[in-house]
Amino acid sequence: MFSNLSRRIGGNFGAENSHTANDELLSAVFAMLPPDTSTVTLSQDEVARFSRHLILPEIGMEGQKRLRAASVLCVGTGGLGSPLLLYLAAAGVGRIGIVDFDVVDHSNLQRQVIHGTSWVGQPKIASAKHRIQEINPHCQVDLYDTALSAENALQIMEPYDLVCDGTDNFPTRYLVNDACVLLKKPNVYGSIFRFEGQATVFNLDDGPNYRDLYPEPPPPGLVPSCAEGGVVGVLPGLIGLIQATEAIKLITGIGRSLSGRLLLFNSLEMTFRELKLRPNPERPRITGLIDYQQFCGVPGSSPGQEEAGAVESITVQELKALLDQDGKDVVLLDVRTPQEAEIARIPGAELVPLNTIESGAAVEAVRAMAAGRRLYVHCKMGGRSAKAVLALRRLGVEGVNVEGGIDAWTAEIDPSLNRY
Amino acid sequence: MPVQVLIPTPLQPFTANEAVVELNAVDVNQLIQALDERFPGLKARLCDDSGKLRRFLNIYVNSEDIRFLDNQATPLKEGDEVSIIPAVAGG
Repeated sequence: MFSNLSRRIGGNFGAENSHTANDELLSAVFAMLPPDTSTVTLSQDEVARFSRHLILPEIGMEGQKRLRAASVLCVGTGGLGSPLLLYLAAAGVGRIGIVDFDVVDHSNLQRQVIHGTSWVGQPKIASAKHRIQEINPHCQVDLYDTALSAENALQIMEPYDLVCDGTDNFPTRYLVNDACVLLKKPNVYGSIFRFEGQATVFNLDDGPNYRDLYPEPPPPGLVPSCAEGGVVGVLPGLIGLIQATEAIKLITGIGRSLSGRLLLFNSLEMTFRELKLRPNPERPRITGLIDYQQFCGVPGSSPGQEEAGAVESITVQELKALLDQDGKDVVLLDVRTPQEAEIARIPGAELVPLNTIESGAAVEAVRAMAAGRRLYVHCKMGGRSAKAVLALRRLGVEGVNVEGGIDAWTAEIDPSLNRY
Repeated sequence: MPVQVLIPTPLQPFTANEAVVELNAVDVNQLIQALDERFPGLKARLCDDSGKLRRFLNIYVNSEDIRFLDNQATPLKEGDEVSIIPAVAGG
Protein backbone atom coordinates (compact mmCIF):
# COMPACT_ATOMS: atom_id res chain seq x y z
CA MET A 1 0.00 0.00 0.00
CA PHE A 2 2.80 2.32 0.91
CA SER A 3 4.58 1.80 -2.38
CA ASN A 4 1.37 2.57 -4.27
CA LEU A 5 1.06 5.77 -2.33
CA SER A 6 4.69 6.59 -3.07
CA ARG A 7 4.23 6.13 -6.74
CA ARG A 8 1.12 8.24 -6.76
CA ILE A 9 2.75 11.12 -4.95
CA GLY A 10 6.06 10.61 -6.71
CA GLY A 11 4.22 10.82 -10.02
CA ASN A 12 2.77 14.14 -9.03
CA PHE A 13 6.16 15.59 -8.26
CA GLY A 14 6.28 19.23 -9.19
CA ALA A 15 2.75 19.25 -10.56
CA GLU A 16 1.04 20.75 -7.55
CA ASN A 17 1.29 23.89 -5.56
CA SER A 18 3.94 22.93 -3.01
CA HIS A 19 1.91 23.99 0.04
CA THR A 20 -1.00 21.72 -0.79
CA ALA A 21 1.35 18.95 -1.83
CA ASN A 22 3.29 19.21 1.44
CA ASP A 23 0.12 18.96 3.52
CA GLU A 24 -0.92 15.87 1.62
CA LEU A 25 2.53 14.33 2.01
CA LEU A 26 2.59 14.92 5.74
CA SER A 27 -0.89 13.52 6.33
CA ALA A 28 0.01 10.30 4.50
CA VAL A 29 3.03 9.32 6.58
CA PHE A 30 3.29 6.05 8.47
CA ALA A 31 5.90 3.48 9.49
CA MET A 32 7.48 1.69 6.56
CA LEU A 33 10.44 -0.39 7.72
CA PRO A 34 11.13 -3.17 7.11
CA PRO A 35 9.54 -2.95 3.67
CA ASP A 36 6.70 -5.21 2.57
CA THR A 37 8.09 -8.16 0.61
CA SER A 38 4.83 -9.91 -0.27
CA THR A 39 5.13 -9.22 -3.99
CA VAL A 40 8.93 -9.51 -4.30
CA THR A 41 10.57 -12.42 -6.07
CA LEU A 42 14.27 -12.82 -6.80
CA SER A 43 15.36 -14.02 -10.23
CA GLN A 44 17.92 -16.81 -10.67
CA ASP A 45 20.52 -14.20 -11.48
CA GLU A 46 19.72 -12.32 -8.28
CA VAL A 47 19.88 -15.49 -6.20
CA ALA A 48 23.35 -16.20 -7.59
CA ARG A 49 24.42 -12.61 -7.09
CA PHE A 50 23.28 -12.38 -3.48
CA SER A 51 24.07 -15.94 -2.41
CA ARG A 52 26.52 -14.81 0.31
CA HIS A 53 23.68 -12.82 1.88
CA LEU A 54 21.12 -15.56 1.34
CA ILE A 55 23.11 -18.11 3.34
CA LEU A 56 23.45 -15.74 6.30
CA PRO A 57 20.71 -16.69 8.78
CA GLU A 58 20.37 -13.00 9.77
CA ILE A 59 19.58 -11.92 6.20
CA GLY A 60 18.43 -14.97 4.21
CA MET A 61 15.79 -14.82 1.50
CA GLU A 62 13.47 -12.56 3.49
CA GLY A 63 16.25 -10.07 4.25
CA GLN A 64 17.37 -9.98 0.63
CA LYS A 65 13.77 -9.40 -0.48
CA ARG A 66 13.54 -6.56 2.01
CA LEU A 67 16.62 -5.01 0.43
CA ARG A 68 15.07 -5.52 -3.01
CA ALA A 69 11.83 -3.86 -1.86
CA ALA A 70 13.62 -1.01 -0.10
CA SER A 71 14.19 2.49 -1.35
CA VAL A 72 16.95 4.77 -0.09
CA LEU A 73 17.55 8.43 -0.85
CA CYS A 74 21.15 9.58 -0.73
CA VAL A 75 21.57 13.34 -0.44
CA GLY A 76 24.96 14.16 -1.90
CA THR A 77 27.23 11.94 -3.96
CA GLY A 78 30.55 13.16 -2.63
CA GLY A 79 32.92 11.59 -0.10
CA LEU A 80 30.22 9.92 2.02
CA GLY A 81 27.75 9.31 -0.81
CA SER A 82 30.31 7.48 -2.96
CA PRO A 83 30.94 4.43 -0.74
CA LEU A 84 27.36 4.49 0.48
CA LEU A 85 25.93 4.25 -3.00
CA LEU A 86 28.43 1.66 -4.19
CA TYR A 87 27.70 -0.69 -1.30
CA LEU A 88 23.94 -0.13 -1.12
CA ALA A 89 23.73 -0.95 -4.83
CA ALA A 90 25.99 -3.99 -4.45
CA ALA A 91 23.97 -5.20 -1.44
CA GLY A 92 20.83 -5.28 -3.56
CA VAL A 93 18.83 -2.23 -2.51
CA GLY A 94 16.06 -2.12 -5.12
CA ARG A 95 15.64 1.60 -5.54
CA ILE A 96 18.14 4.36 -4.90
CA GLY A 97 17.52 8.09 -5.30
CA ILE A 98 20.43 10.51 -5.63
CA VAL A 99 20.26 14.27 -5.07
CA ASP A 100 23.20 16.37 -6.25
CA PHE A 101 23.65 19.38 -8.51
CA ASP A 102 27.44 19.29 -8.71
CA VAL A 103 29.80 18.14 -11.45
CA VAL A 104 32.82 15.89 -10.96
CA ASP A 105 36.02 17.84 -10.31
CA HIS A 106 39.63 16.62 -10.26
CA SER A 107 39.83 17.48 -6.55
CA ASN A 108 36.97 15.01 -5.83
CA LEU A 109 38.78 11.92 -7.07
CA GLN A 110 41.01 11.46 -3.98
CA ARG A 111 37.97 10.27 -1.98
CA GLN A 112 34.79 10.27 -4.08
CA VAL A 113 35.47 6.80 -5.41
CA ILE A 114 32.21 6.33 -7.30
CA HIS A 115 33.47 8.88 -9.85
CA GLY A 116 36.23 8.12 -12.34
CA THR A 117 38.68 10.42 -14.09
CA SER A 118 36.82 10.21 -17.40
CA TRP A 119 33.74 11.74 -15.70
CA VAL A 120 35.45 14.99 -14.69
CA GLY A 121 33.26 17.90 -15.79
CA GLN A 122 30.09 15.78 -16.00
CA PRO A 123 27.22 15.67 -13.49
CA LYS A 124 27.95 13.58 -10.41
CA ILE A 125 24.50 11.99 -10.49
CA ALA A 126 25.06 10.71 -14.04
CA SER A 127 28.48 9.38 -13.11
CA ALA A 128 27.05 7.68 -10.00
CA LYS A 129 24.17 6.11 -11.91
CA HIS A 130 26.52 4.74 -14.53
CA ARG A 131 28.69 3.09 -11.89
CA ILE A 132 25.71 1.75 -9.89
CA GLN A 133 24.22 0.10 -12.96
CA GLU A 134 27.55 -1.49 -13.70
CA ILE A 135 27.59 -2.93 -10.18
CA ASN A 136 23.92 -3.97 -9.98
CA PRO A 137 21.69 -3.61 -13.05
CA HIS A 138 18.68 -4.68 -10.96
CA CYS A 139 18.83 -1.40 -9.03
CA GLN A 140 16.42 1.37 -10.05
CA VAL A 141 18.24 4.70 -9.86
CA ASP A 142 16.28 7.98 -9.60
CA LEU A 143 18.23 11.16 -10.25
CA TYR A 144 17.47 14.61 -8.82
CA ASP A 145 19.70 17.16 -10.53
CA THR A 146 19.05 19.90 -8.01
CA ALA A 147 20.11 21.30 -4.67
CA LEU A 148 17.81 19.99 -1.94
CA SER A 149 15.75 22.96 -0.73
CA ALA A 150 12.88 23.73 1.59
CA GLU A 151 10.70 23.90 -1.54
CA ASN A 152 11.53 20.47 -2.96
CA ALA A 153 12.79 18.39 -0.01
CA LEU A 154 9.49 16.83 1.10
CA GLN A 155 8.47 15.82 -2.42
CA ILE A 156 11.88 14.37 -3.21
CA MET A 157 12.24 12.50 0.08
CA GLU A 158 8.69 11.22 0.52
CA PRO A 159 8.87 8.10 -1.70
CA TYR A 160 11.88 6.64 0.12
CA ASP A 161 12.03 4.38 3.16
CA LEU A 162 15.06 6.08 4.60
CA VAL A 163 17.44 8.94 3.89
CA CYS A 164 21.24 8.97 4.03
CA ASP A 165 22.79 12.36 4.73
CA GLY A 166 25.97 12.71 2.73
CA THR A 167 25.87 16.48 2.43
CA ASP A 168 28.75 18.83 3.12
CA ASN A 169 27.16 21.88 4.72
CA PHE A 170 25.12 22.86 7.76
CA PRO A 171 22.03 24.33 6.01
CA THR A 172 21.39 21.10 4.08
CA ARG A 173 22.03 18.96 7.16
CA TYR A 174 19.36 20.85 9.14
CA LEU A 175 17.04 20.67 6.13
CA VAL A 176 17.49 16.90 5.74
CA ASN A 177 16.94 16.48 9.47
CA ASP A 178 13.78 18.55 9.65
CA ALA A 179 12.27 16.99 6.54
CA CYS A 180 12.99 13.49 7.93
CA VAL A 181 11.27 14.48 11.20
CA LEU A 182 8.23 15.80 9.33
CA LEU A 183 8.07 12.69 7.12
CA LYS A 184 8.90 10.32 10.02
CA LYS A 185 11.82 8.77 8.18
CA PRO A 186 15.10 7.56 9.64
CA ASN A 187 18.08 9.79 8.77
CA VAL A 188 21.33 7.87 8.55
CA TYR A 189 23.89 10.51 9.42
CA GLY A 190 27.62 10.79 8.82
CA SER A 191 29.91 13.79 8.97
CA ILE A 192 33.65 14.28 8.62
CA PHE A 193 36.42 16.75 9.35
CA ARG A 194 40.08 16.21 8.42
CA PHE A 195 40.86 12.94 10.28
CA GLU A 196 37.72 12.59 12.41
CA GLY A 197 34.18 11.49 11.73
CA GLN A 198 30.79 11.18 13.39
CA ALA A 199 27.96 8.78 12.60
CA THR A 200 24.56 7.95 14.02
CA VAL A 201 20.96 7.22 13.05
CA PHE A 202 18.60 10.11 13.68
CA ASN A 203 14.84 10.11 14.00
CA LEU A 204 14.31 6.37 14.24
CA ASP A 205 10.91 5.78 15.91
CA ASP A 206 10.93 9.26 17.47
CA GLY A 207 14.53 8.78 18.61
CA PRO A 208 16.92 11.71 18.87
CA ASN A 209 17.45 13.90 15.81
CA TYR A 210 20.16 16.32 14.70
CA ARG A 211 18.60 19.20 16.62
CA ASP A 212 18.86 17.20 19.84
CA LEU A 213 22.57 16.91 19.26
CA TYR A 214 23.14 20.46 18.01
CA PRO A 215 20.23 22.87 18.54
CA GLU A 216 22.02 25.52 16.46
CA PRO A 217 24.66 25.57 13.75
CA PRO A 218 28.01 27.29 14.25
CA PRO A 219 28.32 30.76 12.73
CA PRO A 220 29.44 30.67 9.08
CA GLY A 221 33.17 30.38 8.62
CA LEU A 222 33.90 29.01 12.10
CA VAL A 223 34.18 25.37 11.02
CA PRO A 224 36.19 25.02 7.81
CA SER A 225 34.76 22.86 5.03
CA CYS A 226 36.73 20.00 3.48
CA ALA A 227 37.63 22.38 0.64
CA GLU A 228 39.24 24.78 3.11
CA GLY A 229 40.42 22.45 5.87
CA GLY A 230 41.29 19.35 3.85
CA VAL A 231 40.19 15.78 4.54
CA VAL A 232 42.07 12.50 4.44
CA GLY A 233 40.61 10.54 1.54
CA VAL A 234 39.94 7.27 3.35
CA LEU A 235 37.89 8.94 6.10
CA PRO A 236 34.62 9.40 4.19
CA GLY A 237 35.07 5.82 2.99
CA LEU A 238 34.96 4.56 6.57
CA ILE A 239 32.14 6.82 7.73
CA GLY A 240 30.11 6.29 4.53
CA LEU A 241 30.33 2.54 5.02
CA ILE A 242 29.15 2.87 8.62
CA GLN A 243 26.14 4.68 7.17
CA ALA A 244 25.64 1.94 4.56
CA THR A 245 25.85 -0.71 7.29
CA GLU A 246 23.23 1.09 9.38
CA ALA A 247 20.95 1.48 6.36
CA ILE A 248 21.19 -2.25 5.57
CA LYS A 249 20.47 -3.15 9.22
CA LEU A 250 17.40 -0.90 9.28
CA ILE A 251 16.09 -2.34 6.02
CA THR A 252 16.63 -5.97 6.97
CA GLY A 253 15.57 -5.41 10.57
CA ILE A 254 18.68 -6.94 12.11
CA GLY A 255 21.12 -5.90 14.81
CA ARG A 256 21.16 -2.88 17.09
CA SER A 257 21.05 0.43 15.28
CA LEU A 258 23.17 3.47 16.13
CA SER A 259 20.02 5.37 17.10
CA GLY A 260 20.68 7.00 20.47
CA ARG A 261 24.42 6.58 20.10
CA LEU A 262 26.88 8.98 18.50
CA LEU A 263 29.84 7.10 17.09
CA LEU A 264 33.07 9.10 16.93
CA PHE A 265 35.92 7.90 14.78
CA ASN A 266 39.48 9.19 14.94
CA SER A 267 41.62 7.87 12.10
CA LEU A 268 44.94 9.12 13.52
CA GLU A 269 44.38 7.39 16.85
CA MET A 270 42.37 4.61 15.14
CA THR A 271 39.75 4.77 17.87
CA PHE A 272 35.98 4.45 17.85
CA ARG A 273 34.16 6.00 20.79
CA GLU A 274 30.49 5.96 21.57
CA LEU A 275 28.53 8.74 23.28
CA LYS A 276 24.91 8.67 24.46
CA LEU A 277 22.38 10.63 22.47
CA ARG A 278 18.96 11.49 23.87
CA PRO A 279 15.98 13.54 22.77
CA ASN A 280 16.34 16.99 24.32
CA PRO A 281 13.24 17.68 26.44
CA GLU A 282 13.50 21.37 25.55
CA ARG A 283 13.71 20.87 21.81
CA PRO A 284 11.23 22.94 19.85
CA ARG A 285 8.75 20.94 17.82
CA ILE A 286 9.55 20.91 14.11
CA THR A 287 6.34 21.93 12.34
CA GLY A 288 7.60 22.92 8.91
CA LEU A 289 10.66 23.72 6.88
CA ILE A 290 12.36 27.11 7.24
CA ASP A 291 14.94 29.23 5.41
CA TYR A 292 18.04 27.19 6.21
CA GLN A 293 20.53 29.61 4.65
CA GLN A 294 19.24 32.27 6.99
CA PHE A 295 19.15 29.85 9.95
CA CYS A 296 22.82 29.04 9.36
CA GLY A 297 24.01 32.59 8.79
CA VAL A 298 23.89 35.40 6.28
CA PRO A 299 22.09 34.28 3.10
CA GLY A 300 24.54 33.04 0.52
CA SER A 301 27.50 33.87 2.72
CA SER A 302 30.78 32.05 2.39
CA PRO A 303 33.56 32.09 4.96
CA GLY A 304 35.17 35.52 5.25
CA GLN A 305 32.67 37.18 2.93
CA GLU A 306 31.47 39.50 5.67
CA GLU A 307 35.04 40.52 6.48
CA ALA A 308 35.82 40.91 2.78
CA GLY A 309 33.06 43.52 2.51
CA ALA A 310 34.52 45.45 5.45
CA VAL A 311 38.07 46.02 4.19
CA GLU A 312 39.74 47.91 1.37
CA SER A 313 40.59 45.61 -1.51
CA ILE A 314 42.20 45.42 -4.95
CA THR A 315 41.85 42.98 -7.82
CA VAL A 316 44.63 40.65 -8.92
CA GLN A 317 45.00 42.72 -12.10
CA GLU A 318 45.66 45.82 -10.00
CA LEU A 319 48.06 43.89 -7.79
CA LYS A 320 50.00 42.69 -10.85
CA ALA A 321 50.32 46.26 -12.11
CA LEU A 322 51.56 47.43 -8.69
CA LEU A 323 54.10 44.66 -8.40
CA ASP A 324 55.37 45.38 -11.92
CA GLN A 325 55.63 49.14 -11.33
CA ASP A 326 57.08 49.65 -7.88
CA GLY A 327 57.74 46.28 -6.33
CA LYS A 328 60.05 47.73 -3.71
CA ASP A 329 57.32 49.87 -2.12
CA VAL A 330 54.96 46.96 -1.85
CA VAL A 331 54.80 44.08 0.62
CA LEU A 332 52.66 41.12 -0.36
CA LEU A 333 51.63 38.93 2.57
CA ASP A 334 50.43 35.35 2.04
CA VAL A 335 48.34 34.27 5.05
CA ARG A 336 47.68 30.71 3.90
CA THR A 337 49.18 27.63 5.55
CA PRO A 338 52.69 26.36 4.72
CA GLN A 339 51.04 23.32 3.10
CA GLU A 340 49.12 25.55 0.71
CA ALA A 341 52.22 27.60 -0.03
CA GLU A 342 53.97 24.41 -1.09
CA ILE A 343 51.30 23.86 -3.74
CA ALA A 344 51.56 27.32 -5.31
CA ARG A 345 52.94 30.76 -4.44
CA ILE A 346 52.75 34.22 -5.92
CA PRO A 347 56.41 35.19 -6.48
CA GLY A 348 57.70 37.57 -3.83
CA ALA A 349 54.92 36.94 -1.33
CA GLU A 350 55.90 36.58 2.33
CA LEU A 351 54.26 33.61 4.01
CA VAL A 352 52.73 34.58 7.38
CA PRO A 353 49.89 32.15 8.21
CA LEU A 354 46.66 33.68 9.51
CA ASN A 355 46.86 31.82 12.84
CA THR A 356 50.19 33.49 13.63
CA ILE A 357 48.57 36.86 13.01
CA GLU A 358 45.47 36.04 15.05
CA SER A 359 47.57 34.72 17.93
CA GLY A 360 49.67 37.90 17.77
CA ALA A 361 52.94 35.96 17.32
CA ALA A 362 53.75 37.42 13.88
CA VAL A 363 52.26 40.89 14.25
CA GLU A 364 55.49 42.74 15.12
CA ALA A 365 57.31 41.05 12.24
CA VAL A 366 54.55 42.17 9.89
CA ARG A 367 54.65 45.70 11.34
CA ALA A 368 58.39 45.87 10.67
CA MET A 369 57.97 44.46 7.18
CA ALA A 370 55.28 46.99 6.33
CA ALA A 371 57.09 50.04 7.74
CA GLY A 372 57.18 52.72 5.04
CA ARG A 373 55.67 50.37 2.48
CA ARG A 374 52.18 49.47 1.32
CA LEU A 375 50.87 46.14 2.60
CA TYR A 376 48.74 43.81 0.48
CA VAL A 377 47.37 40.56 1.87
CA HIS A 378 46.26 37.45 0.00
CA CYS A 379 45.05 33.92 0.79
CA LYS A 380 43.41 31.30 -1.42
CA MET A 381 40.06 32.99 -2.11
CA GLY A 382 40.11 36.29 -0.21
CA GLY A 383 38.28 35.35 2.99
CA ARG A 384 41.14 34.62 5.37
CA SER A 385 43.16 37.56 4.05
CA ALA A 386 40.23 39.85 4.86
CA LYS A 387 40.27 38.48 8.41
CA ALA A 388 44.02 39.13 8.55
CA VAL A 389 43.57 42.73 7.34
CA LEU A 390 40.96 43.31 10.07
CA ALA A 391 43.14 41.71 12.76
CA LEU A 392 46.16 43.79 11.70
CA ARG A 393 44.10 46.98 11.57
CA ARG A 394 43.05 46.48 15.19
CA LEU A 395 46.77 46.46 16.04
CA GLY A 396 47.51 49.56 14.00
CA VAL A 397 48.86 47.93 10.83
CA GLU A 398 46.96 48.99 7.69
CA GLY A 399 46.68 46.61 4.76
CA VAL A 400 44.67 45.98 1.60
CA ASN A 401 42.93 42.71 0.75
CA VAL A 402 43.57 40.94 -2.56
CA GLU A 403 40.16 39.95 -3.95
CA GLY A 404 39.88 36.31 -4.99
CA GLY A 405 43.33 35.43 -3.64
CA ILE A 406 45.80 33.17 -5.39
CA ASP A 407 42.87 31.37 -7.03
CA ALA A 408 42.02 34.52 -9.00
CA TRP A 409 45.74 35.16 -9.61
CA THR A 410 46.11 31.70 -11.15
CA ALA A 411 42.98 32.15 -13.26
CA GLU A 412 43.74 35.66 -14.50
CA ILE A 413 47.47 36.33 -14.21
CA ASP A 414 49.53 33.14 -14.13
CA PRO A 415 47.83 29.93 -15.28
CA SER A 416 51.12 28.04 -14.87
CA LEU A 417 50.61 27.93 -11.11
CA ASN A 418 49.00 24.86 -9.54
CA ARG A 419 45.35 25.34 -8.72
CA TYR A 420 43.79 23.51 -5.75
CA MET B 1 40.92 16.34 40.31
CA PRO B 2 43.11 15.46 37.35
CA VAL B 3 40.91 14.81 34.33
CA GLN B 4 41.64 14.28 30.66
CA VAL B 5 40.13 16.59 28.08
CA LEU B 6 39.91 15.41 24.49
CA ILE B 7 40.27 18.35 22.13
CA PRO B 8 38.60 17.94 18.71
CA THR B 9 40.54 18.78 15.56
CA PRO B 10 38.75 22.09 14.86
CA LEU B 11 39.85 23.41 18.29
CA GLN B 12 43.40 22.09 18.25
CA PRO B 13 44.78 25.27 16.64
CA PHE B 14 43.87 26.93 19.95
CA THR B 15 45.57 24.30 22.14
CA ALA B 16 48.96 24.39 20.41
CA ASN B 17 47.80 21.31 18.46
CA GLU B 18 47.43 19.22 21.61
CA ALA B 19 44.71 16.58 21.22
CA VAL B 20 44.64 15.53 24.87
CA VAL B 21 45.03 17.97 27.74
CA GLU B 22 45.27 17.00 31.41
CA LEU B 23 43.86 19.48 33.91
CA ASN B 24 42.67 19.76 37.49
CA ALA B 25 39.03 20.73 37.94
CA VAL B 26 36.16 19.80 40.26
CA ASP B 27 33.43 20.60 37.76
CA VAL B 28 32.96 21.52 34.09
CA ASN B 29 32.88 25.26 34.75
CA GLN B 30 36.22 25.08 36.50
CA LEU B 31 37.54 22.93 33.69
CA ILE B 32 36.61 25.55 31.08
CA GLN B 33 38.31 28.18 33.26
CA ALA B 34 41.43 26.04 33.60
CA LEU B 35 41.50 25.44 29.83
CA ASP B 36 41.30 29.19 29.25
CA GLU B 37 44.16 29.82 31.67
CA ARG B 38 46.39 27.37 29.83
CA PHE B 39 45.20 28.41 26.38
CA PRO B 40 44.02 32.04 26.60
CA GLY B 41 40.99 32.71 24.42
CA LEU B 42 39.75 29.12 24.36
CA LYS B 43 36.80 29.90 26.64
CA ALA B 44 35.45 32.38 24.11
CA ARG B 45 35.48 29.56 21.55
CA LEU B 46 33.48 27.30 23.88
CA CYS B 47 31.13 29.74 25.62
CA ASP B 48 29.10 32.81 24.73
CA ASP B 49 29.47 36.16 26.53
CA SER B 50 27.28 34.99 29.42
CA GLY B 51 29.56 31.99 29.96
CA LYS B 52 27.03 29.49 28.62
CA LEU B 53 28.29 26.68 26.41
CA ARG B 54 27.71 27.44 22.73
CA ARG B 55 24.86 25.46 21.21
CA PHE B 56 26.86 24.01 18.33
CA LEU B 57 29.14 22.07 20.60
CA ASN B 58 28.57 19.59 23.39
CA ILE B 59 30.63 18.49 26.35
CA TYR B 60 30.52 14.89 27.46
CA VAL B 61 31.84 13.50 30.72
CA ASN B 62 32.78 9.96 29.81
CA SER B 63 29.87 8.93 27.57
CA GLU B 64 27.26 11.26 29.13
CA ASP B 65 26.15 14.61 27.70
CA ILE B 66 26.41 17.24 30.48
CA ARG B 67 23.03 18.63 29.37
CA PHE B 68 21.54 15.48 30.92
CA LEU B 69 23.74 15.72 34.00
CA ASP B 70 24.24 19.04 35.77
CA ASN B 71 25.21 21.12 32.73
CA GLN B 72 28.31 23.17 33.44
CA ALA B 73 28.03 22.40 37.15
CA THR B 74 28.52 18.69 36.42
CA PRO B 75 31.07 17.44 38.96
CA LEU B 76 34.26 15.76 37.81
CA LYS B 77 36.16 13.02 39.52
CA GLU B 78 39.68 11.76 39.09
CA GLY B 79 40.19 9.90 35.83
CA ASP B 80 37.12 11.29 34.09
CA GLU B 81 37.41 11.72 30.35
CA VAL B 82 35.86 14.95 29.08
CA SER B 83 35.11 15.24 25.35
CA ILE B 84 34.32 18.41 23.47
CA ILE B 85 32.21 17.49 20.45
CA PRO B 86 31.66 20.28 17.92
CA ALA B 87 29.30 20.21 14.96
CA VAL B 88 31.13 19.34 11.75
CA ALA B 89 29.49 19.19 8.36
CA GLY B 90 32.00 17.73 5.92
CA GLY B 91 30.84 15.04 3.56
